[in-house]
Amino acid sequence: MRRLFYLLPLVVFMVLAGYFLVSLRPAHDVHELPSAMIEKPAPTFDLASLGDDKPLALDALKGHPFVINFFASWCVPCRVEHPLLMRLAQQDHLPLYGIAYKDKPADSARLLATFGDPYRQVGIDQDGRVGLNFGVYGVPETYVIDGTGIIRKRFVGPLTAETVEKELLPLLKQLGQS
Amino acid sequence: MITELGHFALILALFVAIIQSTVPLVGAARRHVGWMAVGRSCALVAFGLTALAMLALMHAYVTSDFTVINVIENSHTDKPLLYKITGVWGNHEGSMLLWVFMLSLCAAAVAVFSNNLPPALQARVLAVQGMIAVGFLLFILFTSNPFARTFPAPPNGQGLNPVLQDPGLAFHPPFLYLGYVGFSVAFAFAVAALIEGRVDAAWARWVRPWTLASWCALTIGIAMGSWWAYYTLGWGGWWFWDPVENASFMPWLVGTALIHSSIVVEKRDTLKSWTILLAIITFSLSLVGTFLVRSGVLTSVHAFATDPTRGTFILLLLVVAIGGSLTLYAIRAPALKGGGLFAPISREGALVLNNLLLSCGCATVFLGTLYPLFLDAMGGPKLSVGFPFFNRTFAPMMVPMVIAVGVGPMLAWKRGDLLGALQRLWVAYIATALVVLVAFYVTYGGPVLAVLGLGLAAWLFTAVLTEFAERIRLFRVPLSDSVRRAIHLPRSAYGMTFAHLGLAVSVAGFAASAYAQEAIEILKPGGTINIAGYVLTLENVTRIPGPNYMADDAAIRVTRGGELVTVMHPERRFFPLQQQTTSETSIRTNFLADLYVALGDSDTEGDWTVRVYWKPLVPWIWIGAVIMAFGGVVSLSDRRWRVGAAAGASRRRNAQPMPVAGE
Amino acid sequence: MRTWFLCALLLMASLSAHAVEPRERLADPALEARARTISSELRCLVCQNESIDESGADLAHDIRMFVRERLTAGDTDAQAMQAIVSRYGAFVLLKPPVERATYVLWYAPPALVLLGLIGTVIWLRRRQVVPADAAPLSPEETRRLDGLLRENDG
Repeated sequence: MRRLFYLLPLVVFMVLAGYFLVSLRPAHDVHELPSAMIEKPAPTFDLASLGDDKPLALDALKGHPFVINFFASWCVPCRVEHPLLMRLAQQDHLPLYGIAYKDKPADSARLLATFGDPYRQVGIDQDGRVGLNFGVYGVPETYVIDGTGIIRKRFVGPLTAETVEKELLPLLKQLGQS
Repeated sequence: MITELGHFALILALFVAIIQSTVPLVGAARRHVGWMAVGRSCALVAFGLTALAMLALMHAYVTSDFTVINVIENSHTDKPLLYKITGVWGNHEGSMLLWVFMLSLCAAAVAVFSNNLPPALQARVLAVQGMIAVGFLLFILFTSNPFARTFPAPPNGQGLNPVLQDPGLAFHPPFLYLGYVGFSVAFAFAVAALIEGRVDAAWARWVRPWTLASWCALTIGIAMGSWWAYYTLGWGGWWFWDPVENASFMPWLVGTALIHSSIVVEKRDTLKSWTILLAIITFSLSLVGTFLVRSGVLTSVHAFATDPTRGTFILLLLVVAIGGSLTLYAIRAPALKGGGLFAPISREGALVLNNLLLSCGCATVFLGTLYPLFLDAMGGPKLSVGFPFFNRTFAPMMVPMVIAVGVGPMLAWKRGDLLGALQRLWVAYIATALVVLVAFYVTYGGPVLAVLGLGLAAWLFTAVLTEFAERIRLFRVPLSDSVRRAIHLPRSAYGMTFAHLGLAVSVAGFAASAYAQEAIEILKPGGTINIAGYVLTLENVTRIPGPNYMADDAAIRVTRGGELVTVMHPERRFFPLQQQTTSETSIRTNFLADLYVALGDSDTEGDWTVRVYWKPLVPWIWIGAVIMAFGGVVSLSDRRWRVGAAAGASRRRNAQPMPVAGE
Repeated sequence: MRTWFLCALLLMASLSAHAVEPRERLADPALEARARTISSELRCLVCQNESIDESGADLAHDIRMFVRERLTAGDTDAQAMQAIVSRYGAFVLLKPPVERATYVLWYAPPALVLLGLIGTVIWLRRRQVVPADAAPLSPEETRRLDGLLRENDG
């Protein structure tokens, strides 16, 4: 019994080491935060849209699942995912809507003119309030919203071909069927 | 060429460390004097080699050798010389080299200064230190080689993070690392004692100076980091409960407990296995801190380029070093028998209380720091544990601790007279009451807790002075007798008095920071800010080129009652290379309060945001820490650590006065 | 291990400004004070280990403004706080809520002190067993012993 007592520090340390090992698992980013908005109704918005008279409004988008991508011309990682977004829009006919987060409309327009426009429509969120309502903490962020306006998934940082294949497209397909 | 020399020196140091960690151990087991002596020569040679590696890397930095990747990533030809030198440890690889350098320095110090140790003990201590060195040398050579080259060399380097281009970088990391790594000596002594299966007063006496020295270095290191943050941050915060700060604070807490518990081992021949455990834990916490910072498992504002391979490697080191020593502890510690009666109301009883509270405090900091990691590893929610948690849990534990620090030294060994001690502290009651009343009156309507904090500081300060006065029988015997007694007091007693006074001074600083005032205004030249009786006028802002930056320097005239106090010059520095701006604050102190000015942004109309803070007693936080460390140094200089400490000290234990703080 | 402060944080903050800015301030000092308290207890998501009151990040500025708007609109402190939490999750709270997932966090420290005290008392009791043949000291002896002990201490 008394000996067990002296074993205690070792046991505590081993448990601790176990936790450390789990924390070191690959593909685990401590900086990435889960969204608090998952399975909650998307915050409503009605934004002036870029180069278009029709505003980008949540209510108008409901009915079919869709994807919202927060981007900005000043955001470097956004450039990384841009070709992928182009491909998704052209090949997979992704229902992709853009929200230009804290960006000057002219700059966003120039970006899309230079690199191509993957979005069906782009809303202008110059003061970042819609982003704040969504819980955006960095761009790019991508949200999958179902037909009833519930947020089903958030991707933080640039999308990759892998996450698109394995997560985004299957989810959309599933939402489209149900 | 010199870079390769450094690299080879490091590889050679690894082999020497392998010898150091094996041969003396075998020698000690077989009582082979020659083999045991190998440890000393190895420690000295390894020190020479790591010093050579350190110098080689410094040479690469100073000469801007851009074939070395580490230099490219962290240096630039335009960087001032001071930051070329200190930039060596301003990055992961270089700071690991500093770590190993400090480790070999400690081992060399043991080899040189501990010749009065029994040869077997010294051999084992050096062997354990050799093992730690092997682990970290392997880590550097395999995952973090600072000497890696690239060809062709780029025309220039990427420069050092401007935030690190501060004199603080010259002192803060070396002291901090010396503190961390210094505890490896206590760790090595503990492991050696477990191997030998013997812990006695002599052992405690031998470890004590090493623990004290590391503790002093760590105290200074932490205080300097805090001060550095204070003057660069631009809003005057000095402690943030950030994981990396906590990583340095935890060894300090347990190290403090260790210093106190080893006194009990020495004086009363008890608390042995506990003291051994503390020695192991103190250094283990240094190691865990290394892991936390360099593996990227926690989010911290202190960025290190992290890499999972490094994390895995350090985790492996942790398991070997900590797991190994704790296994040894589980096997050998039950046999360590403590002696004698132990009364709760006694000096040793008070020291046990000190240990209890410090350990619980450390466990709390540990839990708060790692809880997000625990939850995350179990798939739980992501949480933040910030200052409100620590203020609500850690701080309340430290209150009874500080109160007890005032009483503990008044108690006698073996059997104390608590009531008598409390009666003899009447001056402290009066002082505390006075301070609380005055503070309450002056700051009426302000934060109540801060008033209590000031009272706490007053209590501790006067209690420590009372204890000192008792010791020299002040006002009880003629003054000349008191002076004579004061002169003949052991240095260790002075050390304790200073360290505890320092704590009181710091506590006052912590408490009074609640009274800080701030004024943040947008000023045009000629505009003024009023704060705490001062009037600050923005005279002008001029652009001054620096060596590798462009500074906007504001001249701010400070007057009080119409009289000029000073002209302050806060700056904003723009570093074009990194496209980064830093804030160079201007602080005017009269040691009772700081007037703190930081220059913010300007807008297109030439208005400047100016932040002014008035922070009463804040300098006391660091002054207190310096006094604490000074106390440690004074205690360290106690003659009796060095003279007659040779083998047999334990035999003479009863005949000779013990050099123990608070005798 | 390296305790130089704020490397990353300034990297992120460098583009914009400092912490709370004068232009953000509300005219009503009471409301402003409440806003400051709230923002000092909310964690900045970009730089992660700072409160939004201290952070110079753009997002921190937006959240500070948002908090002020909510307070001006008549929210209580708790409501304003909740508005942020519902968007960003409990992660933004520097003071973790007391709930099932945090019981250990909040209750372990006091429990530890309690356990430590109990453990120490048990340990002390075991150490206080006086050898059976030792006769108790007479009051006179106790007094003399105390005197001697005190002498030793001087």
